[in-house]
Amino acid sequence: MTKKILIVDDEPNIVISLEFLMKKEGFEVAVAVDGEEALAKVDSFRPDLVLLDVMMPKKSGFEVCEALRADPEMAGLLVVMLTAKGRETEVAKGLAIGADAYVTKPFSTKDLVVKVKGMLGTA
Amino acid sequence: MLSGWFIALLSAAYLGLLFAVARFGDARADAGKSIISANVYALSLAVYCTSWTFYGSVGRATSGGLSFLTIYLGPTLMLLCVSVIVKMIRISKAQRITSIADFIASRYGKSQLLAGMVTIIAVIGVVPYIALQLKAMAASVDVLLDHSGRSGIWLGLDSTFLIAVILALFSILFGTRHLDATERHEGMVAAVAFESVVKLIAFMAVGLFVTYGMFGGLGDLFERAAATADLGRLLQLDSSRAGTWTALIVLSGLAIVFLPRQFQIVVVENVDESHVKRAVWLFPLYLLLINIFVLPLALGGLLHFDGQGVNSDTFVLTLPLARGAESLALLAFIGGLSAATGMVIVETIALSTMVCNDLVMPWLLRSAWLQARQHRDLSGLLIGIRRVAIAVIVLLGYIYFRAAGEAYALVGIGLISFAAVAQFAPAMFGGMYWKQGTRAGAVAGLSAGFVVWLYTLLLPSFAKSGWISSGFVEQGLFGIPWLKAQMLFGLGGMDEISHCLWWSMLANIGCYVFVSLSSRPDAVEASQAERFVDVFRFDRRSAEARLWRGKASLDALVRLLERFLGVGRAQQQLALYARGRGVDDWRQLPADAEFVHFAEAELAGAIGSASARVMVASVAEEEDLGLDEVLDILDEATQVRAYSRELEVKQQALEAATSELREANERLREVDRMKDDFISTVTHELRTPLTSIRALSEMLHEDPRIDLTNRRRFLGIIVNETERLTRLINQILDMAKLESGRAEWTTGDVDIGAIARETMGALEQLFREKGVALDGDIPAVGPVVLADSDRLTQVLINLLSNAVKFVPAQSGRVHVRVGVDGSMVRVEVRDNGPGLTDEECDVIFEKFRQGGNTLTDKPQGTGLGLPISRQIIEYFGGKLWVESHPGEGANFIFTVPLPASEE
Repeated sequence: MTKKILIVDDEPNIVISLEFLMKKEGFEVAVAVDGEEALAKVDSFRPDLVLLDVMMPKKSGFEVCEALRADPEMAGLLVVMLTAKGRETEVAKGLAIGADAYVTKPFSTKDLVVKVKGMLGTA
Repeated sequence: MLSGWFIALLSAAYLGLLFAVARFGDARADAGKSIISANVYALSLAVYCTSWTFYGSVGRATSGGLSFLTIYLGPTLMLLCVSVIVKMIRISKAQRITSIADFIASRYGKSQLLAGMVTIIAVIGVVPYIALQLKAMAASVDVLLDHSGRSGIWLGLDSTFLIAVILALFSILFGTRHLDATERHEGMVAAVAFESVVKLIAFMAVGLFVTYGMFGGLGDLFERAAATADLGRLLQLDSSRAGTWTALIVLSGLAIVFLPRQFQIVVVENVDESHVKRAVWLFPLYLLLINIFVLPLALGGLLHFDGQGVNSDTFVLTLPLARGAESLALLAFIGGLSAATGMVIVETIALSTMVCNDLVMPWLLRSAWLQARQHRDLSGLLIGIRRVAIAVIVLLGYIYFRAAGEAYALVGIGLISFAAVAQFAPAMFGGMYWKQGTRAGAVAGLSAGFVVWLYTLLLPSFAKSGWISSGFVEQGLFGIPWLKAQMLFGLGGMDEISHCLWWSMLANIGCYVFVSLSSRPDAVEASQAERFVDVFRFDRRSAEARLWRGKASLDALVRLLERFLGVGRAQQQLALYARGRGVDDWRQLPADAEFVHFAEAELAGAIGSASARVMVASVAEEEDLGLDEVLDILDEATQVRAYSRELEVKQQALEAATSELREANERLREVDRMKDDFISTVTHELRTPLTSIRALSEMLHEDPRIDLTNRRRFLGIIVNETERLTRLINQILDMAKLESGRAEWTTGDVDIGAIARETMGALEQLFREKGVALDGDIPAVGPVVLADSDRLTQVLINLLSNAVKFVPAQSGRVHVRVGVDGSMVRVEVRDNGPGLTDEECDVIFEKFRQGGNTLTDKPQGTGLGLPISRQIIEYFGGKLWVESHPGEGANFIFTVPLPASEE
């Protein structure tokens, strides 16, 4: 079964590149451009993994992650935080609220694909 | 009914009561439970009101009207100078001062010469004043006896002599009852306070009786007086006598402290400095009460005895007697007796202390007779001397009374005495506040003032009494006109008191200041000057120890104390002192400087500072400190004081600096945090375009099979993002330059209208592409401001490109308006975009905060355009803000001040 990935970012060009990258790797992809839309898409699209930007309008990535982790139905959902802020406190905070991985922008596409496949067990 | 015996018995009973009060006061003092409260202290000051007040002020009021009040205004004003009196008390406590002579002598190097001079001036000035009391007593007894038809001669003796003897005995019992000869007499103070109450009640009783019993109240009295031409004059203030009023106020103000009895009560007998604060209002209140009925009594007497030749000085007695109110007359007599005895007792005790300590002791200490009795207890001798002195002083008063009789020399003596003691003022005040005042200066000032007083006031009063030729008054000494005693150097038009006060003070102060400035103090004077002037700051423990150097034997000093204080009191004081130094037995005390100082102070309390100094010097081998050495020590003490004050100031400054530093640090930390945030934000902003660039170029690089459309699209994004990155970096650098003030400005005259038109022209293409209408409302020429044209263009480009970004395509409209609003040029860029909330209106000017947040528009902005624009406008002294509501478009406005007009 094709794994589903939800891409959440407010930067259109980043969305374009991530969407292209993940589709090329054979995942089914959906896109959200802010925190609220992300939560709605998680409900409707039921992704296996979320690539979640931190700095977004309406709801930040941290808030979205917390909301997801508070929902027992979403227990199996994998969350990869993406951030342009490289400070260690940010990384620690992301992991503390339940993110499964943390990737700093700009990222290597190869590494990101390896990481996502590894997490989904499709490697 | 009023027989001589009855009056004598009544007087004796009253004096017995006084004595009981005094015994009670002394007993309580011995038991350590002093009855001298603030009220008692304030009441005891009323010893100022003598029989001269009690009988005489009514007499004065019959001729001088309201001028009698001056004698009470002066003391009231003087008491308001609380700090001066408190300083006097503090000095006296520290130096164990026994009298005003002692005070002046001690200040100027414990000088026996000065002490003697002051004593002599005081005795000469005050003995006639005592005579006046005797006269008042005699007159009052005569009035009572005359009334019952008896003569003034009684049992072959004249009543005045009897009165004098009784007063002398009484004073001796009061003031020298104790065998120990210390300076304080609490029993006496209690009795004086009691007497003050009695005389107040007596005077007010007579006043009420006359005003409301004999006349129809104050209104009636004044109306009847005003109806009579002579009496109406008394009710008015005579402005031509203003000079006299001033002189009287000054004199009585000085007398309230410098009369020997007043100094005794105010300073020496004070047990607690805080009592002065009570006296400040209670004593003037007392004076007010005792003066309320003076004028009514004077008017009442003049109206009642019109033309009968009754002595106005006796109205207080004759008015009640005229209505047969004998018991009231007796009460008035007791009041007068109180006033006279209070004055005589305190005055003679004060004078006898001065005579004993400052005239007799210095002579005795040098005499061979005393040398031969080295080891005898002399405290009894001291008491003996004082008792004799009291008797002699009262006797002198009596002799003066007999000699002067009704002569002018007695009637005017009250003010003459005041003028005499006023001569102490320069040496006293100078001594308390002026370190440069020297002994030579004080001697010169006192002598000059005294001689002038003698020549212009006392001797003329003798001349008026017919005792000496009045030639020096009328023609001048040796016939020289400008030496006329009461028109000295041709100064006429003044009354004799003002004249004397003017010349004596001029001579006194002049000599005191001039001689002080041209003489050099010796070592003792210099150190005493420091102790007096700086009494509130003088560090006794450290300075005293260094101001005395020498060898002393404990035994010799203790023997000295026992000789002059008596064994019992000496032992008592020694034990007290030892306990103060934390030693059980005084025999273990070292004979050090501090002990010597203690012994000298104790002795000073008994025999005065000058004699005490001589006695201590006689048993201790003292090393003479030179003047320079003393000055060095004092200077050092002053320096240490100045240094510690400086230190305190420095410490305060340091504390202030520390808190400033803390604040600065806080601010720095805040700035640091902001910088940290800024860098973090900048990082974020830089990484975002980099992310797209890297991801897309990696994919293009790794996968050559990507189709052309995507390939084109991706490369387009990469190019855009690179541009964005460049723009971002440029703006960050620009912002940094603006913020740090390192931006370069090319300021000149700029036509804002022209700039607006040029900018609109440059952006025309951008607007046309999006189908947005751009129009302007701009004057053909100007307005011109002083600014940097490139920077203004930058602001306008920013505002216009923001506007075009947010307005809808095709239907968008942007309108530019340039105008003048007061002293500012006002430029508006209005759009019909989505508008901003109130909150957004503020935050869009913060760095990296962008409006819109739409996916499509975001990459266009860096989030630095508006903050940079605001910096630029503020640099030129203008403002940049936005007015907007959601859905109603936004209007960005900036102002730039017009150059100040040339007019």
